[in-house]
Amino acid sequence: MLTKRIIPCLDIKDGRTVKGVNFESLRDAGDPVELGALYAQQGADELVFLDITATNEKRKTLRELVNRISHHINIPFTVGGGISSVEDVQLLLQNGADKISVNTAAFNNPQLIRSLEKEFGSQCVVLAIDTRLEADGEWYVYLNGGRVKTETRCIDWAKKGVELGAGEILLTSMNHDGTKQGFALDITRTLATQLPVPVIASGGGGTMEHFVDVFHNAHADAALAASIFHFKEIGIPDLKQYLKEKDIEVRL
Amino acid sequence: MNIAIVKYNAGNIQSVLYALERIGVEAQVTDDTAALQAADKVIFPGVGEASSAMHYLKQRGLDEVITGLKQPVLGICLGMQLMCAYSEENNTNCLGIFEEKVKLFTPAAGSNIKVPQIGWNNIFDLQTPLFSGLPENSYCYFVHGYYAALGKHTIGKADYVQPYSASLHRDNFYGVQFHPEKSAAVGEQILRNFITKVV
Repeated sequence: MLTKRIIPCLDIKDGRTVKGVNFESLRDAGDPVELGALYAQQGADELVFLDITATNEKRKTLRELVNRISHHINIPFTVGGGISSVEDVQLLLQNGADKISVNTAAFNNPQLIRSLEKEFGSQCVVLAIDTRLEADGEWYVYLNGGRVKTETRCIDWAKKGVELGAGEILLTSMNHDGTKQGFALDITRTLATQLPVPVIASGGGGTMEHFVDVFHNAHADAALAASIFHFKEIGIPDLKQYLKEKDIEVRL
Repeated sequence: MNIAIVKYNAGNIQSVLYALERIGVEAQVTDDTAALQAADKVIFPGVGEASSAMHYLKQRGLDEVITGLKQPVLGICLGMQLMCAYSEENNTNCLGIFEEKVKLFTPAAGSNIKVPQIGWNNIFDLQTPLFSGLPENSYCYFVHGYYAALGKHTIGKADYVQPYSASLHRDNFYGVQFHPEKSAAVGEQILRNFITKVV
């Protein structure tokens, strides 16, 4: 059976892991390649590298990083952060990325998704959506790392993105991100049951039970988290063992 | 040993090259007929769409080069599908090494099964030295919307919507639907087996 996926996310700035990590076993906790390789060895199913570099050197450092990752890591990985053109993506895929994720640039220019799908196939196009539940009871799309609100509903943009050729949706709830109070079950369930492509839930995972909830109750295909893994609050082998005991199909 | 990877317009060639590097195997990426024919082993990777890949191969005569190879050949993902007789993906006649047909996953209406299949699935009923040392139900990484049906060349199965061919074999030709280059230790074992155990 196809398994549910556990995906650690690494935030990268100028080629280094940020937000901090706490692994004594690593020679260099800031090296995303070393950390990614450790997660792969522990049973992570995929990795996401999110680049938040804002300098002009971004393209070069990211390309070099992706090349190093693909030499050392034996599971699939996605690269995201500020990707806005077919050329950007070509460079990253040529250097060994399996998938790329697009967010703000795709919202501002939806045809980017279609161009990427035509050029590289939908299997490598992940549409990342940051969303927030507003007082009116609707989930809206936010851009620029959550700084800019739009009037577009999350489900509408997700459906359009899939029609344009996105092969997966990476859904982050801004209401839940960083709270460790659990994933956004309702919007995750809405997308996971209404879209014909896999949905990766992100934001709020704090306990192993939260992962059970997002798979069992919200039907997510994959769950992404960062700091709980970086600070060893939850070990990936323990998490997957726990999920298996709860009758959730995982790769052990 | 001289390992060649077929160079063409399909996406994951670098990944295969790096995966071989990780297990200590050097390979050359080439579309040169003489180099492909002289290799001890040939890997035919692929991510992409069937008809444009076949068109590219035919334009360069690589279709006949591949079908004429006498040494062990391993097709990966689209590579394996192109080695089949026919693909429903844009109605494409393929290389015809395996008689099995390639069809679109069509889940029952109302089911929540996503197409393409993306992720880790178990492989079973494993045969031939390609899977030497691997337990039944090992997990491999799959990304595909089309699948090769079960047939007489099936040497490994997976189940998604229905059982299908995770791996095919005929004479010197092998194919795997999953991505060994992205399938962690299991994938590395399969690549190692192809290099050292398949003759």
